[in-house]
Amino acid sequence: MNSQLLIGYTARDTFLNRLSGSTKLIGFVALSIIGMVTYDTRFLLGVLLISLILFHFSKIKYHEVAFVLQVIVAFAILNLVMVYVFAPSYGITIYGTHHMILGSPDHYFNLSWEQLFYEFNLLLKYIFAVPLALIFLMTTNPSEFAASLNKIGVSYRISYSVAIALRYIPDVQNDYRTISLAQQARGYEISRKAKLMTRAKGAIQIIMPLILSSLDRIEIISQAMELRRFGHNKKRTWYMAQPFKRNDYLALIIIVLIVLVGIALFKVNGGRFWNPFE
Amino acid sequence: MVEPIISFKDFGFQYDSQSEPTLKHINLDIFPGEKVLLAGPSGSGKSTLGRCINGLIPQSYPGEITGSATVAGHDIKDSSIFELSFSVGTVLQDPDSQFVGLSVKEDIAFSLENDERSQTEMRAATKKWAERLDLKPLLDHSPQGISGGQKQRVAMAGVLIDESNILLFDEPLASLDPASGKASIELIDHLARQQNLTVVIIEHRLEDVLQRPIDQLVVLKDGEIVGNDKPSAILKDSLMQQLGLREPLYLSALQLAGVKLADCDNIDSVKTVAGDNIESALQRWTAGVSLQEPPLPTEPLLTLKNLNFSYNRNQPIIHGLNLTINRGDMLSLVGRNGTGKSTLSNLITGFLKLDDGEMKLKGQDLTQLSVKERADHIGYILQDPNQMISKAMIFDEVAAGLRLRGLTDEEVERRVSDTLKVCGLYEFRHWPISALSFGQKKRVTIAAILVLNPEMIILDEPTAGQDLRHYTEMMNFLETLNREHQVTIMLITHDMHLMLEYTQRAVVLADGGVLMDARPADVLTNEAVIEKAALAKTSLFTLAERYHLPSALDFVAKFVQTEREARSHE
Repeated sequence: MNSQLLIGYTARDTFLNRLSGSTKLIGFVALSIIGMVTYDTRFLLGVLLISLILFHFSKIKYHEVAFVLQVIVAFAILNLVMVYVFAPSYGITIYGTHHMILGSPDHYFNLSWEQLFYEFNLLLKYIFAVPLALIFLMTTNPSEFAASLNKIGVSYRISYSVAIALRYIPDVQNDYRTISLAQQARGYEISRKAKLMTRAKGAIQIIMPLILSSLDRIEIISQAMELRRFGHNKKRTWYMAQPFKRNDYLALIIIVLIVLVGIALFKVNGGRFWNPFE
Repeated sequence: MVEPIISFKDFGFQYDSQSEPTLKHINLDIFPGEKVLLAGPSGSGKSTLGRCINGLIPQSYPGEITGSATVAGHDIKDSSIFELSFSVGTVLQDPDSQFVGLSVKEDIAFSLENDERSQTEMRAATKKWAERLDLKPLLDHSPQGISGGQKQRVAMAGVLIDESNILLFDEPLASLDPASGKASIELIDHLARQQNLTVVIIEHRLEDVLQRPIDQLVVLKDGEIVGNDKPSAILKDSLMQQLGLREPLYLSALQLAGVKLADCDNIDSVKTVAGDNIESALQRWTAGVSLQEPPLPTEPLLTLKNLNFSYNRNQPIIHGLNLTINRGDMLSLVGRNGTGKSTLSNLITGFLKLDDGEMKLKGQDLTQLSVKERADHIGYILQDPNQMISKAMIFDEVAAGLRLRGLTDEEVERRVSDTLKVCGLYEFRHWPISALSFGQKKRVTIAAILVLNPEMIILDEPTAGQDLRHYTEMMNFLETLNREHQVTIMLITHDMHLMLEYTQRAVVLADGGVLMDARPADVLTNEAVIEKAALAKTSLFTLAERYHLPSALDFVAKFVQTEREARSHE
């Protein structure tokens, strides 16, 4: 019912869909880490360009992700403002020079090119990872998701709990809806008509039965899984796991190269920051 | 001499959490290839016995074991669920919860994944079992996209894939519509023969299971085996009622007509039961009873006109539905799973919003009222009481609706006490709800709705998962509400007995509209409607046909009438 709020997998016929989930997960994690560590603007712009190109090829439509994007943009802006409020001259500290736009470095609130440049780098970091995350989530079959987590070393018990969560989210949503309506029928007002406190109280009335019915469910599921030998062996295989193909190796090589470039730039710059002000 | 594959010798079990043993002095041998039905009322220990067979006891439910028990050569005292799972496949009561995969194929292959089999092996095995159980077109479907009967077949495929030779079914009929239940019993029988399986079925609905031959019927009561024989031998003793089980309807009818079951042959199926004087006795009985059809209520309470509703445009669930419910009706709403029975109730209560159509309660437009306002007139009781209960104490739970409507404390006190008395819960008013049984909890949820004084209540499967005693208590209670307190009652049900014995009107839904609206006996003797709405023919009908009674419909109606009269004299 509210599916447009959540992002989810749909079968699309693109080369990104055909890549194994593990490749996409490794790519996403590796690029995110190197991107989070480095402050080399050239590198960040390069990775951003690559991730936008990939996003284009993934055939994900804007309206499918509009809601999530808006939330992310709002948080990114809030974050940048807060960084400025709490440390308006952090850029000057990092880059060691001051090219002022407003005020002087002696005052707490001032505006320098260094600060703007630093925050621009932050913005790039926020942006470049978003298309990658969306591509990973929206082109990986949820069943394969657990398999790929397991493949990169996460214990299969934890990986499978992700799959189980995906399996039961629609059921729990249904339960929630039913319980909420049944409680409303008794007279708990939780619509916008009511005051905030009344709504909060109403919400509590729904949560208790929801927890109770979910606990019942968990007990039965865990029995069902145990009766079919889940959790006994150290490893398990996955029906939906995709074996690595030529494209996967190719993709992994490219990812490694990009990461190496990022690391090489540390050497060139003599640190994590690329300093254009010197 | 063949060795038994499951053997209990003077076996007893007491859960660590309980002060009394749940199973006592169980002696039971099940031989390879046998089909065994374990029956008994709730609390008789039949589920506990099932848990001993699949190893959940003692591993998941610790407790004290006395005597000995072996399953496929393993002593259950020191074998694990893991070891036993290769010999025993378990299909749980709720096929929905058993479904752990994100799609049908993954669920079927689940145990092979845990055995670290290769993908090629898994694909081959999944394909084989999907073909045998007719699941091939569904392999890529998600659990939300298939019916209850299909889910159960997936669950069966998921345990059969282990090639284990014992299959254990825990109440396989509980959540299926009558036709799916029948298909399921036939499938179990077919598989058992084809694979030479040993099958143990835990179920209290004897008549439905006995549609296919059973080798051994084991009846439990209070943790002990009180009957263990061929079904025909046990049925002949006609002890079912005393043991807390529902006697097959055709046997009740035979006894009503004065036939002695001990003189009959092959009595475990209505298709085979035979005896010298059956025909004449039935003829005599049906001629001797005159049918008095009491008039049905006629004053309209709720009028539904041309209702339309769909979740998405292309598939209307409710399409041009017309129905009038009269004040004082006690009616059952029946039909195939997913045919819109719950959707219709949700539209009436305002849980779902109508696309178009007219809903009037005593002339007042219902569509203009909110969920809360409609609840003052029409109460809806969900199948699972745990989904409705939000307070810890009985009194508070029942009082909640009134308190939210701003009544004074004295008024709340008075109305809650009155309602609790009607529901037989007054003595328990200061009890915590957690101390109640399932049936009592259900009653609390009914009380919490009744206290608001609705003209009509809708109940979703009011007797699901309850044994004969609780079933009878619940239905007698609802009958009293209907008769003495003039509450109009609509029951959504799959239980043909319930519809036949307790309701005066049956509304059959199919293709988004009302397929038939008549007395239950008329519905259950109409083969076209039975087929279309996935209902099940009653054994009374088959009996009437086999013994050439003048009118099967009259026979069924007379039987129901006699039973009802007997009930009101109790």
